[in-house]
Amino acid sequence: MQGFGLIQLTAKGLYCAEGDFYIDPWYPAGKAIITHGHSDHARLGQTAYLCHPITEKVIQHRLGLVQTETIAYAEERMINGVGVTLFPAGHIPGSAQVRVRKGSETWVVSGDYKCHADGISEPFEPIAATHFISECTFGLPIFNWKSQAEVMAEMNQWWAHNASMGIQSVVFAYALGKAQRILNALNPAIGKIYAHGAVMAMNQTLREAGVKVFQAEGLSDGTKESLKGSLIIAPPAAAGTPWMKKLEPYRTAFASGWMAMRGSRRWQSADRGFVLSDHADWKELNAAVKATGAENVFLTHGYKSAFARYLQTQNYNAFELDTLFEGESLNNKPEEEATHASGLG
Amino acid sequence: MQADWAKLFEAIDASNKTNDKVEALLNYLNLATDTDKLWLIALFTGRKPKKPINATEMRTWAAQASGIEPWLFEECYGVVGDIAETIALLFAHKNTGETLQLSLTEVMQEMIMLVGLTADDKHAFLEKRWLQLDKNTCFLYNKFLTGGFRIGVSQQLLVQALSKHLKKESAEITHRLMGKWLPTYQTFEGLLLSDLAQQEDSKPYPFYLSYPIEGEVESLGEIQDWQAEWKWDGIRVQLIKRNNNVYLWSRGEELISENFPELLAFASHLPNGTVLDGELLAWKDQAPLPFALLQKRITRKKPSQKIIEACPCAIIAYDLLEFNGVDQRLNSLSQRRDLLEELITPNGFGLIQLSPLLEVENWNLLTELRLESRSQKAEGLMLKRKSSSYQSGRKRGDWWKWKVNPMHIDAVLVYAQKGHGRRADLYTDYTFALWNEGKLQTFAKAYSGLTDKEIIAVDQFVKRNTLEKFGPVRTVTPQLVFQIGFEGIQESARHKCGVALRFPRILRWRQDKKPEEANTLAELKQLL
Repeated sequence: MQGFGLIQLTAKGLYCAEGDFYIDPWYPAGKAIITHGHSDHARLGQTAYLCHPITEKVIQHRLGLVQTETIAYAEERMINGVGVTLFPAGHIPGSAQVRVRKGSETWVVSGDYKCHADGISEPFEPIAATHFISECTFGLPIFNWKSQAEVMAEMNQWWAHNASMGIQSVVFAYALGKAQRILNALNPAIGKIYAHGAVMAMNQTLREAGVKVFQAEGLSDGTKESLKGSLIIAPPAAAGTPWMKKLEPYRTAFASGWMAMRGSRRWQSADRGFVLSDHADWKELNAAVKATGAENVFLTHGYKSAFARYLQTQNYNAFELDTLFEGESLNNKPEEEATHASGLG
Repeated sequence: MQADWAKLFEAIDASNKTNDKVEALLNYLNLATDTDKLWLIALFTGRKPKKPINATEMRTWAAQASGIEPWLFEECYGVVGDIAETIALLFAHKNTGETLQLSLTEVMQEMIMLVGLTADDKHAFLEKRWLQLDKNTCFLYNKFLTGGFRIGVSQQLLVQALSKHLKKESAEITHRLMGKWLPTYQTFEGLLLSDLAQQEDSKPYPFYLSYPIEGEVESLGEIQDWQAEWKWDGIRVQLIKRNNNVYLWSRGEELISENFPELLAFASHLPNGTVLDGELLAWKDQAPLPFALLQKRITRKKPSQKIIEACPCAIIAYDLLEFNGVDQRLNSLSQRRDLLEELITPNGFGLIQLSPLLEVENWNLLTELRLESRSQKAEGLMLKRKSSSYQSGRKRGDWWKWKVNPMHIDAVLVYAQKGHGRRADLYTDYTFALWNEGKLQTFAKAYSGLTDKEIIAVDQFVKRNTLEKFGPVRTVTPQLVFQIGFEGIQESARHKCGVALRFPRILRWRQDKKPEEANTLAELKQLL
């Protein structure tokens, strides 16, 4: 057990002993506060889940009937004398940073976050803390995102070009978050927009939670004629599966921060890579750390050793934490593997 | 905005579809100036200008200019796996003003200009350029700077595009692109449009390459229709004598005449207007010597008499492409062979030997003969259709190679390193070890042979089972066993394990074997 004060790292995950709760535990642990609905953060087997109302809907959709309780952003809840508050993390709809405070200690657990607006998630809010536990998936100075407007202009242009040749455009993006972000920013004047079954289901879940999501069409309604020149959004797990057969002829693209690197672009063997991430880039990470005013910074998933060393040169007490969070992965998340077979028909 | 040529390279890099690539090339050719087209061809055919700076200088300057400490630059490089791209990523967002647009010719002229500058002037010049170029152009520019530019498509695609652009046969285009020419003195017109007969004496013909045999050898039909020869393990060469000059070309289109003065002197006895296709081998007493000896000769221009005597070489000729100045490629192999035998008598012609024909009655006897390949110091057999013309490039149907199966041994993975290009950020370069007195002794490195799926699995294993990190190299728990195949083995004082392997590669992942079950170094040495 690594102990630093109010929050410790245990074998099951980040734990607050005084409040007796975990944050995004990766094994069945007990009471859990969940930052957001991605599968490496919200896992089955907790006795109770406390999260934002949007995340609650996602968890119920993904994990089935579990005992949940919701809390709005900025509302402080006392748990065994420890103050717990969620603040927007800007990662996906409903995503939260968790502030845990007692006495002179204020901890903020970032969960996954980004600091630029994506048009669908409540924007990231910097929170003052004495201890900041931050992700750093893209914690190297080679990662510098262009604005969403620029990237989406490129994607719309690519789609329009394919459509002009009567070819379909298939965009692979996480079914939760990235897919809806893209759907809302596509230009529907270019053509029809379809979504894979896993994306359709998630769209519906988010709508039920009050999130505005563009109304994409299900592929079961698609005919050869109506599909022509359309854009289809699908989870990465669908890439290279027989499911793709009905979409021919098509060009493929991945939307991910990893697409900044030629190597990963080629590894995915997609026709295009759009650099679109739901994680903070180098500038955002540095700005976020600075804005908390924290002296002690703990880094979870990503290039944590390099980022910790860099922060040390900037006079922070920076440490690496060995967690099981994955950040943005190019390989499939389990939820998507389970659902990729559905979709067409 | 990117320049057209940078967009072209990006499109080629991004697409998986051959048609898209040819289309992109054709679009570029239709609009580009002649000098830009010539430079494009030069780059596609490996005629790069001399690299003006080395990678170390570039790293130091780039770290400085981007305002990060050298260790952090190295971390970034470790992740990206490519210096040129690392720099492009570090600078891309710093370019706030108008991006600079340079034509391909202008970029190449800068490369040539930079060679003459002092280190300080180069540094100053590059700092400025890195801030002026867009990300993709910056990446390509850096690739040219370090001489690491490689285009991810075969020359064949360029030939296809040029063939459409100029409305000429692709075989002719391939032929025209061969030989020694450089964009600094050649013109587009001179290279591609002028009379072929007027071209330089040194110009070689495109090599005809074989495919590995598919299925049963009997399916090739009557054995009488086929010419069988040993497949030698040397270097494919073309020997040209025209206008009293002799040229020796390797298949990689390198002029290696100067490395083999004794062959040149010998070949001067050939009549003018002769072009031979054959295998260059280290050779003594009518038999090949190990490939390593030949390697010593290839790396040395103007070798001393001592080296020539220590590593004697010969050419085993197996085809005749030009005779009396007349192109013979459209004649049948039998006709060409008759002429070749006229030129080189079967009982030898000193340093130029005739590749012997293996004449047997039926496929069964040939199959048996093939098993003797190793004792003949050959890699297997070559089968060529007697009625076939001499084609250009790798074509199915008339020329087949029928190699003997590689030797192999089971070894343990002990070190891993990240790959490059498509495999950057994945552990794909492996070092293997064999048991030797209770310890694991490294003996070979191998890169290829696994499927993408297996690569991901091994990558995960490496990340989870790292024992130590030495720079980019990780030592891992000795646990995974692989079957390593190789074409040859010989003693080597340079290698700690005492042997050197030729063409080591992974044949398969032995998931059924535990590390203790891997072979020993002694067992490997038995194959010597």
